[in-house]
Amino acid sequence: MGSIVEWATNPWGQSVPIHIGWVMIWVCAFSAIAFAVVHALYLAVFGKPKVFAVNDTPEMVNSIPEKVVRHGAVARAFHWIMATSMFTLLFTAFLPKVGVKFDWVTYHWIAGLVFTASIIFHIIHASFFLDFWAIWPDRTDVRDAFRRMQRFFGKPAPLPARFSKYPLENKLYHSTILITGLTAIFTGLFMMKRVNTHNIFTRNPYLFGDMTWGLMYVMHGLVGVSLIALVFVHVYFGIRPEKREITRTMIQGWMHKEFFLEEHDPARWRPGKDTDTPLTPPSEVPGD
Amino acid sequence: MAVIRDVMPNFDLVQPASLADARKLLDSDPDNVWLMAGGLDSFDWLKDRIRKPKTVVDLTGIDEMRGVRAWNDGIEIGPLTTLTDVVNDPMVKAKYSILSQAAELVASPQIRNQGTIGGNVSQDTRCWYYRSGWPCYRAGGNLCYADTPVGRNREHAILDAQRCVAVSPSDSAPALIALDAKFVISTKNGEKTIDAQDYFLGPAIDITHMTILKPGDILTAIRIPGTWANSKFYFEKIRDRNVWDFPLMNIAAAMKMSGNTITDARMAVAGAAARPWRLTDVEAQIKGKTADEATGKAAGELAVKDAVPLQFNAYKIPLMKNLVKRAISGVQEATWEA
Repeated sequence: MGSIVEWATNPWGQSVPIHIGWVMIWVCAFSAIAFAVVHALYLAVFGKPKVFAVNDTPEMVNSIPEKVVRHGAVARAFHWIMATSMFTLLFTAFLPKVGVKFDWVTYHWIAGLVFTASIIFHIIHASFFLDFWAIWPDRTDVRDAFRRMQRFFGKPAPLPARFSKYPLENKLYHSTILITGLTAIFTGLFMMKRVNTHNIFTRNPYLFGDMTWGLMYVMHGLVGVSLIALVFVHVYFGIRPEKREITRTMIQGWMHKEFFLEEHDPARWRPGKDTDTPLTPPSEVPGD
Repeated sequence: MAVIRDVMPNFDLVQPASLADARKLLDSDPDNVWLMAGGLDSFDWLKDRIRKPKTVVDLTGIDEMRGVRAWNDGIEIGPLTTLTDVVNDPMVKAKYSILSQAAELVASPQIRNQGTIGGNVSQDTRCWYYRSGWPCYRAGGNLCYADTPVGRNREHAILDAQRCVAVSPSDSAPALIALDAKFVISTKNGEKTIDAQDYFLGPAIDITHMTILKPGDILTAIRIPGTWANSKFYFEKIRDRNVWDFPLMNIAAAMKMSGNTITDARMAVAGAAARPWRLTDVEAQIKGKTADEATGKAAGELAVKDAVPLQFNAYKIPLMKNLVKRAISGVQEATWEA
């Protein structure tokens, strides 16, 4: 049975971590597959249509265009560049560990730099050119999550409001991927000091002690295998039938008005073209 | 850090008498089996207690894997053939003298009497950080101790290093590559035959293995076609102690000549990269050229074009340049250049 972390004895006789146990690749991969199977079976057997509180005025409904833009071209381009680099990172990191041998290191760090650049771009773009708050959970999300949970367990509770631009699940996923992604970047950039990057980074294997380096490799590995599961689950939801309209927004940019009015609350998200302006500031909670 | 204890850890010793029996043993538990031929590399690992296999399979009782025999227009060498037997074999001497020369320069007579050609090509690197049991890349760790600002790396790689800078120490491997040998490997899925240069792996592809042998694989034969028999051969080995040492670098060249013009060539060096390094660019460049000092000099420059020296092994660049030059133009004609 493999362990979560592999340890070794350094030249000074100290026991130091060196990397994760590679069995974690399979643990994460099978966990993600198991989640998808259980989720798909649950929805197939017990799934019920979503029910929301709706109080749209005719003026508001009429003001919604037939094609509701959710992601502009720049945001979509970012997403697919980031996705390509992420897949490259995962394949180059883990295929060699499961027996597919190839020259992976150079491709891996180049993909890592592309990933880093795309994330830096995204932070600037989302902070200054999009609605920064749209992706963070707000009080309405928390309140409606509680209501949905109560209704799930058969307890009486008011209907939840429709989602803003992003459902709470999207927002929580974004937060998780943010933590894992930034950890991978932070540790990965330091790890580039250990390999030959053709003078992009000057090698300095003594930058940290063996314990710090070991922990850095372990953290990089743990977020790496976590990303296998997170990316798998993301793709799984992306291809689910009820999510296709959302997936299409990441390809074509827009969703149909009908879908928008079913799942999104015009009072919480007034779609623009490439920028998103909420009708209400985050501090105000509709429905309270 | 490893301490020589001279007392090996306990293991089950199995001595199959046939390849079929060895195959059965390997198929039953490939991950816990250590294959041993002459034992010269194996006993170092075992006595240092760095490798602690559950089972050691001693292959030396398998007669079908020993000896040199005719094969098509060439020869087939059993991997358990001792280096002394390779050196003295009449067919090797008559048609492939470069292999005889290379094998004769391996270590000492005693070691050549015990060491096998299969073991010589399959042996692990001699990097002392790795051999001492330090948790380097090659041992599954995350650092190359030789490639640090204070690492002792005089014997290490100038080419094709990626994270690990250890080199292949084999003398016979470059000769076999120059002769376009084919290696036959028995795997759990059947037999496969590969070109000699593809038998060896660099760290970019697999940092913890020197060869493509996977657990459960056995090298069962080395076949040398007649293509390069009786070509113009050149083998030279440079080492610190001429009586007995691993190569700092060696070179093996086979050239087909028309008068003094090179019509075709194969060339490989060991001690420059993690795997025996075939000089394909050089081979292409010298084709159709006269085998003189000018051709040798240009080929030497080309051979080291991508070389990146470490702290203490920059001497390997002029060494390799001159070895290539001497291989092409001969020792008498070539002048040594710094």
